[in-house]
Amino acid sequence: MRAVNHLTLPRALHPGAWWLWALCMAVAASRTRNPVLLVLILAVTGFVVSARRSDAPWAHSFTAFLKLGLLVIGIRVVLQALLSTRAQGNTVLFTLPQIPLPDWAAGVKLGGEVTAEALVTALYDGGQLAVMLCCVGAANALASPRRLLKSLPGALYEMGVACVVALTFAPQLVTDGRRIRAARRLRGRTRASFRTTAMPVLEGALDRSVELAAAMDSRGYGRTAQAPRAQRRLTALCVLLGLLGILLGVYALLTDSMAFPLAAGALAVGVLLAVGAMAVGRQRVARTRYRPDPWALPEWLVVAAGVVAAGAMVAAAVRGVHGLLLDGPLVVPPVPPLPVVGVLIGLVPALAAPPLKKAAA
Amino acid sequence: MIEFDRVTVTYDGAKEPALRDVSFTVPEGELALVIGRTGSGKSTLLRAINGLVPHFTGGTLAGRVLVGGRDTREYRPRDLADVVGMVGQDPMAGFVTDTVEDELAYSMESLGVAPDVMRRRVEETLDLLGLADVRDRALTSLSGGQRQRTAIGAALTSHPAVLVLDEPTSALDPQAAEEVLAALQRLVHDLGVTVVLAEHRLERVIQYADRVIEVPGGAAAVSTGLPAERMVTAPVAPPVVELGRLAGWSPLPLSVRDARRAAVSLRSRLDSTLPSRVVAPLGEELAQCKDLVVSYGSVTALRGVSLSIRAGEVVALMGRNGAGKSTLLNTLVGILPAGSGTAFAAGVDPRRTKPSRLVKAVGLVPQEPADLLYAASVADECASADSDFNVPAGSCRALLERLAPDVALDLHPRDLSEGQRLCLALAVVLCGAPPLLLLDEPTRGLDYGAKRRLVAILRELAAAGHAVVLSTHDVEMVAEVATRVMVLAEGELVSDGETAEVIAGSPAFAPQVAKILAPLPFLTVGEVADALDRAS
Repeated sequence: MRAVNHLTLPRALHPGAWWLWALCMAVAASRTRNPVLLVLILAVTGFVVSARRSDAPWAHSFTAFLKLGLLVIGIRVVLQALLSTRAQGNTVLFTLPQIPLPDWAAGVKLGGEVTAEALVTALYDGGQLAVMLCCVGAANALASPRRLLKSLPGALYEMGVACVVALTFAPQLVTDGRRIRAARRLRGRTRASFRTTAMPVLEGALDRSVELAAAMDSRGYGRTAQAPRAQRRLTALCVLLGLLGILLGVYALLTDSMAFPLAAGALAVGVLLAVGAMAVGRQRVARTRYRPDPWALPEWLVVAAGVVAAGAMVAAAVRGVHGLLLDGPLVVPPVPPLPVVGVLIGLVPALAAPPLKKAAA
Repeated sequence: MIEFDRVTVTYDGAKEPALRDVSFTVPEGELALVIGRTGSGKSTLLRAINGLVPHFTGGTLAGRVLVGGRDTREYRPRDLADVVGMVGQDPMAGFVTDTVEDELAYSMESLGVAPDVMRRRVEETLDLLGLADVRDRALTSLSGGQRQRTAIGAALTSHPAVLVLDEPTSALDPQAAEEVLAALQRLVHDLGVTVVLAEHRLERVIQYADRVIEVPGGAAAVSTGLPAERMVTAPVAPPVVELGRLAGWSPLPLSVRDARRAAVSLRSRLDSTLPSRVVAPLGEELAQCKDLVVSYGSVTALRGVSLSIRAGEVVALMGRNGAGKSTLLNTLVGILPAGSGTAFAAGVDPRRTKPSRLVKAVGLVPQEPADLLYAASVADECASADSDFNVPAGSCRALLERLAPDVALDLHPRDLSEGQRLCLALAVVLCGAPPLLLLDEPTRGLDYGAKRRLVAILRELAAAGHAVVLSTHDVEMVAEVATRVMVLAEGELVSDGETAEVIAGSPAFAPQVAKILAPLPFLTVGEVADALDRAS
């Protein structure tokens, strides 16, 4: 067996595998509003993150996404409480003072009675969104988006570099802004204005981009093998169309907004177009890659675990298994066995992904 | 290796050429040092070597630049990337990736070097530049010296025959600068790389140079020569050379080691005299910290600093990059809050005073002077400073005239040279006439002439009853101007005392004259000249 296939050999897992696994967990979460299953998915992703994250700065983003999730739930519940009607049920918890609205807003109610059913529904709906956000957060914590961009196929290289540069510049702008705001005190000014804050920040950013462009130029960026312009444009177009197709297909599969065969078709055509164009595009790229992340057994296992978890949920949803959606807001949530087992398989990466390299003491 | 043949560069819209009729050659394996005033065209010359001038910057280049047999007219910078490695002034601005290893590999990836070769070269470069311990680290978490070495390594991995560096040590503390220069020395000696570097701090690099290229700016011609010959007449010279000229040594020593051997008789002549130092009368207390603790995020930048600074003092804050110097200055103007303990500036609590009143008590010129400047032209900037500080119109402009007489008033502040921009920021801050003046690394990018003017101004301010605190890595400047030195390490004040006591004994902070004349207590060439006068 090749060394990269060992599950225990310390190395960083391919970022693509982490993102695929995390997206599969998000797909699983998108199929249910049962709080038991949602909490289970959150627990599974959280466990894997704590087991396999590094100590790089971005590895702490899971907590940030958890907080964002709580905020989403909070906003949802508060809005629902303000706008709730008796449509969902009749258990009135308490009554807020009602704000009278003009005639043209008939049908909308602000304040008034707040029902338990409305609040619980908002909690579950918000919870689903929050858990999906946390899945993205998990991917972020396990593999920085920057590393993912690095393993983009050669034909998309330029686009990838643009994204990487943008990712570096955004936080830089924030630090610059803070520094310049502080410097305003030194001129004895208290009030901010566009001229004294935004202008210096933008000028600084412009200077830096010119500097970076000069550095990249002197380091050989853009030395591509010669290819006719028409062919280059055609491949770029095919890649874009392919990606659009993939996007459309995935969106349709996630949201049920299209018939299944149509969505799957869009996905398949998209994948074909993109892969074909990239294979053609690769020929003109003279670049090589330093220590590319290998794709071996652990990567397959991690992706498979995610696919099984998402598959179990999607299958259960298609077959109408009882327990994915609740009968009513105030019932005790059931525990459906098939989806629970499926989600638990999502735990596999905690073992299948190789441990991280420890710095030599 | 590098051949300039009657090169004249004119930027678009400029009336005068930035470089005029430059011809010289640099043979293979030499270290060539480019010197000249700020804004004299050094950067233009360096950038012409790999074709950034004119391909990237625009403008017209007349004449011919040949590098490794390739004409920059036909090759773009990216096509010269395998021959010329370029390291810019600010390494952070040129980093494309986010970890050390990836950064080292970046140029090779662009050049299409085979993966196994890349792997080997990265390992070799990590060892050559002593970066192996930090190979996985994020670039943002590195110290200044490590960043600069990473930038050099990144340019080296593609095995260029020529390495071009623009002020590689200007932002570094003395130890980090030593690291970088030692690495360059190894490249020239062991690998035969041709190195061209521009540097203002001649005292750091002149001893390593094989050839000096002087760019005088304006209409005067660019000239080249051997370092020892050039230094006899050069208008800008490091203290070791000035001491040699004063003592009439021939051949002129360029390193402290050579100078020490030549200085035996000078030491015996000076044995009985002591440097005369005027002790300034001290006034009221203008800055005071008690048990000051400042932290941001999880980093504690200052841990329990207590100090007191009086009117009439010029205090130099020294210490490694990241030792807490800027934090201390920022706390004294209230940009950062004190975690515990107190900080007072000119008797007021900077966090609780309105900015409009605070500027009358304390002024800070930040590390990036451009942060202070908003206006579209120098004249506007001066006018808005007058209204900001509520002083009669024309005050700021009068100050600027004194600091930098040759600044064109219609220029945009960003188009000024580094030194001119610093003078403008200084003029703006001085407008409010704050009793306590703080300067964060004021000597970055300043040539000897500008430094001399700055020293004169700071002395005058101290004599007029201001207290000046400057954080700096420049030991020669400290020896010239400071009456007291404080050294910070890891956020603690590790030494605080008269300049001569603190810096003369330290191997890292001792100025060249102190090293040459040790154990005699002289710090500057001026003191030596004065003592010789009195002795004769």
